[in-house]
Amino acid sequence: MKLNKASMFALFAVLELASDPDRQLSTSDIADKYGISAHHLAKVMRNLVQEGLAQAMRGAGGGYRFAGNVNRTTLLDVIQLFEKMDSELDMPNNWSHASDPIVTELQCISNEIDNLTKAVLDTITLATALKNTRHRTESAIPIPLPKA
Amino acid sequence: MKDTISIRNALPSDLAGVIELDKLGSKEEKPDSWRKIFSHYVATGKNDRLFLVAEANGKVVGFIVGEVRAWEFGSPSCGWVFAVAVSPKVRETGIGRRMFDEISVRLKQSGVTTVRTMVDRDSKETLSFFRSLGLRTGRYIELEKQID
Repeated sequence: MKLNKASMFALFAVLELASDPDRQLSTSDIADKYGISAHHLAKVMRNLVQEGLAQAMRGAGGGYRFAGNVNRTTLLDVIQLFEKMDSELDMPNNWSHASDPIVTELQCISNEIDNLTKAVLDTITLATALKNTRHRTESAIPIPLPKA
Repeated sequence: MKDTISIRNALPSDLAGVIELDKLGSKEEKPDSWRKIFSHYVATGKNDRLFLVAEANGKVVGFIVGEVRAWEFGSPSCGWVFAVAVSPKVRETGIGRRMFDEISVRLKQSGVTTVRTMVDRDSKETLSFFRSLGLRTGRYIELEKQID
């Protein structure tokens, strides 16, 4: 699974806002905390507002507030606003039809993997993700590194 | 209502309540199957077969069923939870968690340190429930095929 920057920024923002739904945060508050581009995040925030996951607050001290349902919104719901999560085969330019059966089989396998990935992401609500990330922060659980 | 709910071992007299509750979340009625499960798991005196119910005001409002299975799929002894239900009227009040915690304690007393379950990937609510309790994708992969 490879998440694009927009998805990652959206997850940072949504989880940060959802961790305290009464709090208002500006784009720069979030961007500074996570060390990400405020300009890029602003675009992401517009999308999140449009989809009802964040609410733009006007007036002095404006910013954003969480507007979704932490127990119903899943990680997949957020990610799919920014990407399709479908694997792509990097096909050569002049491929011959001799490769068709192999490509078809690889596409079937990719679909299987994509469906599993989506099924996992669709079971993790923001509430669960928040609980797990808090637990990691409190007990400083190391992130498992991929095997070489 | 939460305070008046107790988690206890199922009794033979709970059969009708369990069937009734199962009907609410199931596409098919399966009273014969529940009768068989009751004969195997209720009032058998076996500590490694567990059928717990949540009771409120004399009514079954939830149940969870599990057991210790050894060397199934080549796996050392572990606990399996194979049925869980909570009445829609009392969902999101922590009953499911209380039942799961209780069955986990009982499974641990029977000598296992892992609990597993299997859920249809379209049962988003049930999957999210187990995820919220800390369950993650395990090391076994379910495979299947349509038989011609």
